[in-house]
Amino acid sequence: MSVFINKDTKVLVQGITGSTALFHTKQMLEYGTKIVGGVTPKKGGTEVEGVPVFNTVADAVNETGANASVIYVPAPFAADAIMEAVDAELDLVICITEHIPVMDMVKVKRYMEGKKTRLVGPNCPGVITPEECKIGIMPGYIHKKGHIGVVSRSGTLTYEAVHQLSENGFGQSTAVGIGGDPVNGTDFIDALKAFNEDPETEAVMMIGEIGGTAEEEAAEWVKANMTKPVVGFIGGATAPPGKRMGHAGAIISGGKGTADEKIKTMNACGIQVAETPSVMGETLINVLKDKGLYDKCKTH
Amino acid sequence: MNIHEYQGKEILRSYGVAVPNGKVAYTVDEAVEAAEHLGSTVSVVKAQIHAGGRGKAGGVKVAKNIDEVRTYADEILGKTLVTHQTGPEGKEVKRLLIEEGCDIQKEYYVGLVLDRATSRVTMMASEEGGTEIEEVAEKTPEKIFKEVIDPVTGLLPYQARRLAFNINIPAEYLSKAVKFMMGLYQVFVEKDCSIAEINPLVTTGDGDVLALDAKLNFDDNALFRQKDIVEYRDLDEEDEKEIEASKYDLSYIALDGNIGCMVNGAGLAMATMDIIKHYNGDPANFLDVGGGATAEKVTEAFKIILSDDNVKGIFVNIFGGIMKCDVIAEGVVQATKEVGLTIPLVVRLEGTNVDAGKKILADSGLNITPAESMADGAEKIVGLVNEA
Repeated sequence: MSVFINKDTKVLVQGITGSTALFHTKQMLEYGTKIVGGVTPKKGGTEVEGVPVFNTVADAVNETGANASVIYVPAPFAADAIMEAVDAELDLVICITEHIPVMDMVKVKRYMEGKKTRLVGPNCPGVITPEECKIGIMPGYIHKKGHIGVVSRSGTLTYEAVHQLSENGFGQSTAVGIGGDPVNGTDFIDALKAFNEDPETEAVMMIGEIGGTAEEEAAEWVKANMTKPVVGFIGGATAPPGKRMGHAGAIISGGKGTADEKIKTMNACGIQVAETPSVMGETLINVLKDKGLYDKCKTH
Repeated sequence: MNIHEYQGKEILRSYGVAVPNGKVAYTVDEAVEAAEHLGSTVSVVKAQIHAGGRGKAGGVKVAKNIDEVRTYADEILGKTLVTHQTGPEGKEVKRLLIEEGCDIQKEYYVGLVLDRATSRVTMMASEEGGTEIEEVAEKTPEKIFKEVIDPVTGLLPYQARRLAFNINIPAEYLSKAVKFMMGLYQVFVEKDCSIAEINPLVTTGDGDVLALDAKLNFDDNALFRQKDIVEYRDLDEEDEKEIEASKYDLSYIALDGNIGCMVNGAGLAMATMDIIKHYNGDPANFLDVGGGATAEKVTEAFKIILSDDNVKGIFVNIFGGIMKCDVIAEGVVQATKEVGLTIPLVVRLEGTNVDAGKKILADSGLNITPAESMADGAEKIVGLVNEA
């Protein structure tokens, strides 16, 4: 088992004929992901990398029975691509595209209310269930099959964490990149909930960063609901304040958003937080030892 | 992206949001001319820089006659204002806004911002105008009222009325206050703002509801469809290195330390700064070369890092996913040769094609210190910089 995706997930690539999409389609096929179709308006009826291309998501779903899609469509058109996939009632839409205007995502979130589709991203590396299915842009080979769930707001920092786990013999059930944008689909709590219910997952690593209050809310949720150990890391502890986020944004979130605040809340909720990014793996492994899960999670 | 107050007011005016009459001036003569043209008994001379706290720093003066306009304009133009938002080096004033004075009855606060928790635009209002909203939130949070806005309907009149009543705007100003708030929301969504703050919003003796100040910030991701906003960009207000970096699609933020950083991915870039600090070093910048860096981009990144005289060493930390380590290594070698690097350089490579990348660095004959991990790299660069 795993969360969100597995070996049976049938994937569409939206914007498949673009150069980045083509590169990653090849990589995903090599990894063993079941890519059943692509979508590029006006390119319907053609084929790339042995994958049939359709004009619309609806056509592609009808013909292929796809239940997930990954979006590489350029930012000005990405919100529309997400809504098209939601309208086609896919279970899962993963949006890799970065730089989507915030107002577009506000509209997307409103459009998705009451709909069945789960959105991951945008501005994210994607989701991978090692040795089964890779949807996104992460380097597949650093991941090993196992029992640690990983959820993160950052791309390369996730690779760093996964690498530390794999190197020490701790495979992952699924790694979920939720993306770094202020308005996104799946959040920490959604991913934690899924890991909590997944029989394969024994522990979770949660990687956050400064800004917003998603980590604090997730920590409160963990304290109230999570039956599995969670360890964390917060990037940006030393970032200078005021350089990046609009100050009025912090008001609405109740003056929170600093790394200190996040780490304090996480600790108070029973989440151990790695002191530096180079000990993310080590921190998790120590917790596994404490909880008697070391042997169960050591996969290689 | 930030713009000046006078530009923000131009936009507001075009949406029917009431602002005092005013004109921008680049010279003392233009300032006098503007005041004469306005013809009001009292005019206000306001420094135009991209930072708040101008009043306290002496950048806003009330002139009772034309002579005073001349005196104040002469005093403020060319002056370096230091406010809590400019940093200790301050900002030189190159533009003034000359505005007609108004008979202020009371000051309020109205702002629009994205609420991340609800993924919706939210209007905030407070009776404590003129005070920074952070301060109000901290001391008297009960005085801030919010309305969460459904993107389908936009701000509804009853929401604007509720805000106006909550912050005790007198009934005779109600319809003008509602019109003001509705217009402000229109500006926010149509112009892709990230912040729209009116502090203070004032009621006047003439029965008007006016924006006495206006702070509009825009979503950089939406600038492709906001050509008229891009026109407002004032490069004098931005860091030179940050402008240069943006040309090459590099995300760069200048900091105060002496260790230059080049990293791929924003999260890893922040984490790299954290680990340098952990080893008692001090990062000179945040630099994310992005996912698709080429040798050319890496070279430009090096040049930008080195244009900061404080930099005494460089730490390159790359986890190649999409980005291949051999490409980065080639870029580093090429850049090192091109810029003639004389300070310590530590490179940590991991990920796709890592062995090929390490080999390129080792074979280059250049004085590059390889690192095995983030921690190793951070420790090495801090050590090398301290030795030097």
